[in-house]
Amino acid sequence: MNSKFIRGMSHGIPICLGYLSVSFGFGILAVKSGLSVFQSAMISATNLTSAGQVGGVDIISKCGTLLEMILVQLTINLRYSLMGLSLTQKLDKSFTTPHRLAASYGITDEIFAVCSSQKEKITPPYMYGMILVAFIGWLMGTVLGAAAGQLLPESISNAMGIVLYGMFLAIIVPPSKKQKSVLTAVAIAAVLSILFNYVLTMISSGFAIIISAVTASVIAALLFPVKDEEEVQS
Amino acid sequence: MSVAVYIFVMAGVTYLIRMIPFTFFGKKIKSQFFRSFLYYIPYAVLSAMTIPAIFYSTGNIYTAIVGTAVAVILAFLEKPLIVVALAASLGAYLCGLIIK
Repeated sequence: MNSKFIRGMSHGIPICLGYLSVSFGFGILAVKSGLSVFQSAMISATNLTSAGQVGGVDIISKCGTLLEMILVQLTINLRYSLMGLSLTQKLDKSFTTPHRLAASYGITDEIFAVCSSQKEKITPPYMYGMILVAFIGWLMGTVLGAAAGQLLPESISNAMGIVLYGMFLAIIVPPSKKQKSVLTAVAIAAVLSILFNYVLTMISSGFAIIISAVTASVIAALLFPVKDEEEVQS
Repeated sequence: MSVAVYIFVMAGVTYLIRMIPFTFFGKKIKSQFFRSFLYYIPYAVLSAMTIPAIFYSTGNIYTAIVGTAVAVILAFLEKPLIVVALAASLGAYLCGLIIK
């Protein structure tokens, strides 16, 4: 444990800082949706993901079904499967099955991005160090947002409600600018989501997201099949 | 239904999604259609989650529109995630001060 662990921790610091403010927004959102500070913290500690947690809180606040919860998490977090697959190609021999079982908890967009940009093979201590630091930021931000969010003036806590969505835009806009294929997927998903929200309102919001995203991705995959080197860039 | 049940299911599904491929697979996915589908899914999901929900995220549609505009412009300029996210919030906050 050792230098590799420390190295992982230091690589995790920017992720930690980013997570602090984003999860602060999640904490506020979760409390606004009717959850307690403890429940919000439990969600962050066990899920360690932004979009999936927002989707999950939405379902909880609307008393959705468990099937809906499963399908929403599956759809929103499916990208982690792909990232996990990609990371397996970079793992050091010391990454045995128990280590894989443990480290898979920490596959997030940012951790994946940093790990896959490393030149050397990924070792368990390196990944644990990074996950630990990122986890601390994510959990602390959530607790602060959930607890102090209520103390903040409403004008500020209202404005913080947009933080996560701002981050989502920061993820989807740049590739949409460069790739017509991504723009197509994004545009179709947005149009369908609007349609479900204002016209087909009998469909619950979780299923609306799933149907919109899956339809858009199928159409984009048929119109613009990706070549090998394009996959998994995050 | 108890919130704990929701949280348990949420966490379980999320963990399995991460764990199964990371632990048990090593080979490449052959189907080009499936690979393409997986490539587009994150963007499509985030798009469907953001629109139109972002317009209701601040409790006031005008402050939300300003925040969204700020985010889109900065994202278009490829600023870091955290800059875009906080600037959107700042934009919404400042707009809220003005229209009050």
